[in-house]
Amino acid sequence: MQITLKNLVRTYENVHAVEGVSLSIPSNQIFGIIGLSGAGKSTLVRLVSLLEKPDSGEVWYDDKRVDNLPEKEIILRRRRIGMIFQNFNLFSSRTAGQNVAYPMEINRYSKDRIKSRIAELMELVGLSDRIDAPISTLSGGQKQRVAIARALACEPDILFCDEATSALDPKTTQSILKLIKDIQRKMNLTVVMITHQMEVVRDACDRVAVLSDGNVVEEGLVKDIFAHPKSKVTKEFLSHLTTNNRTVTEDGMVMWSNEIAHYVLRFMPDKVDSPIISEIVKSYNVDFNIIGAGTQVVDTERFGTMVCNITGDSASVALSIQDLQHRGIIVEEVNQ
Amino acid sequence: MNITPALWRLIFQSTLQTFQMVGLSTLFSVILGLPLGILLCVTSPLNQGGLKPKPVLNEILSRIVNILRSFPFIILIIVLFPLSRIIVGTAIGTKATIVPLSIAAAPFVARLVETSLKEVDPGVIQAAKTMGSTNRQIVFKVMLPEALPSLIAGLTLTIINLIGYSAMAGAVGGGGLGDLAIRYGYQRFRTDVLFVAVIIILVLVELIQFIGNKISANMMKRR
Repeated sequence: MQITLKNLVRTYENVHAVEGVSLSIPSNQIFGIIGLSGAGKSTLVRLVSLLEKPDSGEVWYDDKRVDNLPEKEIILRRRRIGMIFQNFNLFSSRTAGQNVAYPMEINRYSKDRIKSRIAELMELVGLSDRIDAPISTLSGGQKQRVAIARALACEPDILFCDEATSALDPKTTQSILKLIKDIQRKMNLTVVMITHQMEVVRDACDRVAVLSDGNVVEEGLVKDIFAHPKSKVTKEFLSHLTTNNRTVTEDGMVMWSNEIAHYVLRFMPDKVDSPIISEIVKSYNVDFNIIGAGTQVVDTERFGTMVCNITGDSASVALSIQDLQHRGIIVEEVNQ
Repeated sequence: MNITPALWRLIFQSTLQTFQMVGLSTLFSVILGLPLGILLCVTSPLNQGGLKPKPVLNEILSRIVNILRSFPFIILIIVLFPLSRIIVGTAIGTKATIVPLSIAAAPFVARLVETSLKEVDPGVIQAAKTMGSTNRQIVFKVMLPEALPSLIAGLTLTIINLIGYSAMAGAVGGGGLGDLAIRYGYQRFRTDVLFVAVIIILVLVELIQFIGNKISANMMKRR
C-alpha cells in the first residue's frame, strides 16, 4: 500500500500544525517520520491514519483518495490500518488475548476464527504463554508486543507506529524494532514510524522524512540522509544520536557512519595541535576508522570528541591506546 | 427496651419496605441515569473526550441535571406528588416514594456515569477509533468496560444515598425505616424503636459499602 500526501494542511489555534506536507510513502517499506515535539508529527499521523480531516490537501492510499470518504467508509478503511502507540493503549478491562480479539470482534469474525487467530498472533509476537494474562502483569515490552498483535489482527496493509518505542528502554526498543522489521517482511506491510529518536530511524527505517514546524525539510533514503544531511534540523538530530547508550550531551557531533564504535577519544583543548592520530598510525601500524567527531561538553568541561574503531593486532591496539593516554587523551572503551 | 413481637414485626416490615424502595429506585435511577450519563459524555466538547459533540444538547441536559440535583429532596417529593399519582396511583406509601427517589437519584447517577466515562484513558479510546470502532462500539465495548470499577463505586454511593433519602421520605409518609423511626421513635417517644431503626440503617449502609468495595477491588485485581 503506497501512501501519498498532497500538500496537507491542518492548523489549530494553539496546537502544533501541519503546514503543507507532501510526501510519497512507498509500499512495503519502513518509512520514518522524525521530528522534535511540536514539529507536527502527531497531527500528521492523525491525518494520515484518517482520524482527522485536513483543512486542505489530499491523502491517497494507492490510487484511491481517502481523506474525503464519508464517515462510514472511513470507519471501514480504518479497520485495515494497524496502529501502535507510545503508551500501548491496551484495554485494561481485557486480558492480553482479549485485547487481540477486539478488532476481530468489531469486524465480526467468528468465535473460532478469533480464537485460532489469537493463538497465531500471540505466537508471532512471542507471548504464547501470556494469552490469559491481565495487562497490568505485563512489562512494557510485552505490552507493546500485545499491541502489535492487536494491530495486526485484521491483516492490515498499513502499520503506523506512533512513538512506539519512546517509553521503552534501549534493549527493549531494539527487540521491538526487530519484531516490526520481521513482521514487515513477512506480511508485506507498509510501515510508517513516527519518532523523535534518530536511533529508531537508523536501526529500522528504509526511508525517512524530517519534519520541522509542520513542514518536511528533508526526505530520502536513510543512508543518504545520514551521509549528507542538508537541513539544520537533520544535522541536529544526527548530533543527538545515541552511540551505544552514550547520549551526546551537546550539539556539534557529526556521525558519518552507523557502524558500532568501540572507542571514544576525548581531547583536551590544549592537546589538539599535533597530528597525534597520524603519528600513532605510523608508529604502531594500526588503523583508525573514525565514525563520528565533534566538540562536546562533558561534566562542564569542553572536549574534542572522536568516536572510532581501532583495528590491527591486539597488542598494537593496546600499545596505541596506552600511547594515546600517555599523550593526555582520554580513551573510553565502549562496552557492548 | 420493651418491644413487643408485633412491633418487631413492624420493624421487619419496614426494613423490607426500605429494601423495596432502595432496590427499585436504584434500578430506575440507573435506567434513567445511565443513558443520560452516556449522552452527557458523548455530547460533551471534543477536548473533554466527547465522541460526538453536540454543544446545545449537552448544555440543556447539563442544566436539567443541575437543577434536579440542587432541589432539596424533601421539596422534590412534594413537587412530584402529582407525578407519583399518575404513575402509581397514589402519593403516599412505599411505591409512591419510588418515583421521587428515582428522579432525585437519576441526575446523580448521570453525573457519576459521565465522570467515570470521562476518566477512561483517551489513548485507549483513540486506539479503538483507529481500529475502526463505531461510536456505539466505543461506548459499549470500550468505555463502559474500562470504567466498570469506577461505575461500581458510583453505584455503591448511589445506593447509600438512596438509603438516606428513603429515610427522609418517611417524613411525608413514605414508609420504610425512616417512616417507622419518625412515627414511633419521634411522635410516640419510643426511643428504643428509633434506636433499632437507626442501627438497621447503619448496618445496611456498612454492608453495601463493604460489598461495593469488595467488588470494585476484585475487579481491579484482575486487571
